[in-house]
Amino acid sequence: MANLKLTSVEKSYGDVHVLRDIDLSIEQGELIVFVGPSGCGKSTLLRMIAGLETITGGTLEIDGDVMNAVPPAQRGIAMVFQSYALYPHMTVRDNMAFALKIAKKTRSEIDAAVEKAAGILQLTPYLDRLPKALSGGQRQRVAIGRAIVRDPKVYLFDEPLSNLDAALRVATRIEIAQLKEKMPDSTMIYVTHDQVEAMTLASRIVVLAGGGIAQVGTPMELYERPRNEFVAQFIGSPSMNLLDGKIVATGKVTEVQLASGGKVVGNVPTVDADLGRAVRVGIRPEHLVPAEPGKAVCTGVVTITEALGEVTLLYIDAGEGRAPIVAKLPGIHQGLRHKPVALGAEPDKIHLFADGQSLLYR
Amino acid sequence: MNQLWMALLTIALGIAGAVVYFWGANAILDRIFPSRAPDMQTASRNIRRAALVRPWLFLAPALFALCLYLVYPVIASTWLAFHDRSGDRFVGLDNFRWLLGDAGFRESMFNNFLWLLVVPAASTFLGLLAAALTDRIAWGNLAKSLIFMPMAISFVGAAVIWKFVYDYRAAGSDQIGILNAIVVAFGGEPQAWIAIPFWNNFLLMAILVWIQTGFAMVILSAALRGIPEETIEAAVLDGASGVQIFFRIMVPQIWGTIAVVWTTITITVLKVFDIVLAMTNGQWNSNVLANLMFDWMFRGGGDFGRGATIALVIMVLVVPIMIWNIRNARREMEGK
Repeated sequence: MANLKLTSVEKSYGDVHVLRDIDLSIEQGELIVFVGPSGCGKSTLLRMIAGLETITGGTLEIDGDVMNAVPPAQRGIAMVFQSYALYPHMTVRDNMAFALKIAKKTRSEIDAAVEKAAGILQLTPYLDRLPKALSGGQRQRVAIGRAIVRDPKVYLFDEPLSNLDAALRVATRIEIAQLKEKMPDSTMIYVTHDQVEAMTLASRIVVLAGGGIAQVGTPMELYERPRNEFVAQFIGSPSMNLLDGKIVATGKVTEVQLASGGKVVGNVPTVDADLGRAVRVGIRPEHLVPAEPGKAVCTGVVTITEALGEVTLLYIDAGEGRAPIVAKLPGIHQGLRHKPVALGAEPDKIHLFADGQSLLYR
Repeated sequence: MNQLWMALLTIALGIAGAVVYFWGANAILDRIFPSRAPDMQTASRNIRRAALVRPWLFLAPALFALCLYLVYPVIASTWLAFHDRSGDRFVGLDNFRWLLGDAGFRESMFNNFLWLLVVPAASTFLGLLAAALTDRIAWGNLAKSLIFMPMAISFVGAAVIWKFVYDYRAAGSDQIGILNAIVVAFGGEPQAWIAIPFWNNFLLMAILVWIQTGFAMVILSAALRGIPEETIEAAVLDGASGVQIFFRIMVPQIWGTIAVVWTTITITVLKVFDIVLAMTNGQWNSNVLANLMFDWMFRGGGDFGRGATIALVIMVLVVPIMIWNIRNARREMEGK
């Protein structure tokens, strides 16, 4: 039940800077998701908050107290590890009780806390089993239970679902969402590389890339108003299409001449100085819809179709040396393969990036 | 020098012999069951037959040696134990009756029991300590090599080294034994350490502990490294101190390995012979079973019946631990 504040936090190993200039404040009751590609430092940042990695620069505050030099156990945090990290020689009950025993709590206090957590996580029938006699999902719940009994200020989750199979992952994801619902005051930080987990669980998402924060925002902010090309392409599946072009008309709406031919109008305000500026036009696959050839943003021959049932993905040849344009049409359209199509998008759905940064944020 | 050449020659001949045997036997097998037969059916039948014979062919030397040096002695010892000193006359349980009433046997049993209590425990504990501590320091590998070094020394060699450590010179003269030198330096009286009944047992045990600690350390160090790092990090977050993590998280996770190390050393202890022979030869109440057996069989005694009886006792003590040890080790290897 706490707020966190990170001020220009950085991490370096000798001359290698892994993270730098991390400024972030997290309010009580938020579920923050750190998301980013492998090696972006998201797990390192989480481990720094936990105290398992030293903070080489900047400050970490929890409830206003600087925590940089405070031992992990006294930071008021609890962590759920990717590999569960259950103590294999202890029963479920002892696994959950370990921290309390170390803290020299009384027997009745320990029992009460363990029973309560087991009740919340439906682990009561398994309390006397060893971890090896549990399924992956149950082990994960024990790991969460171990965090709950400590009643921490901040919960830290390090890719907790990545060791589960697809079906179980969805089920456990929903359980975590329900758990958060039951504990509305607890602050949680959740690391994942899975954007579906990020979008569904987060109250706010922190996108990390190249050792820094690319954008912080609610899932819908990130989806609708990505700050830069990286976030635009990282959030959403398949990735947003980016088309090279040049601004030919400015104002409340902007008109861009595409390098591949065709024009596109987007609801992005620009100023006169932007005229002639090289930009990239971002359009999400799901926003491309069939259009009359005159108004089409992209025209080309469909090289591959991937029918998923509810939607069909079209890969459209964008010409020599260009990545194919991907479109996501509702319904089944396998017949479009090898056929020419013309697709357009609403001006509302157009994103413009100059030098990798969105023109919306200036 | 001559002996060295002989040793080298023996090794070369041994290896050459093994090569000739395995290669030759295989070649003959191929000749009898050629795999390049004119028709497919004969060829496949030949390959199948050769495959049936080949394992036995390759196992034969080892099986032969095992029978000659293990199975036959067990049978012969059992037979001898029920016969008199020269092995001519059947005496029933006389040897066992004598054994139960013999003071020397009781002394050896008691000493062996002491060894059993102290050496495996001390070696395993020190090995565990060394493994845990050397993993944390920069010169850990050097320390490990130094602790492991005694493993490469034969028991007799180690005994000779320690004989110097415990060496006694009359008071007033220069002490060449480090232990007495230290005692004298602090103003004490030099002692003939290994001639002090009861306590000399522990001085002899120190030698075996010195040797076995390295073994325990190497195995336990590998086991400690196999512990998932996250369980230790989780314990750190749970607030456990270094000592608590070691005893409540790390040690329980390597219990199986500790048991294997412990029992392996236990077996070595039950067979301990060379150290006692070289240091005291069982004098001053320091005798152990293996040395007692040697005494009766080949020295003063010359009594094959009684010697074989003691040998059987040692075997009966070792076998159950051995079986348990092997089972445990196998379970460890299968990852439980």
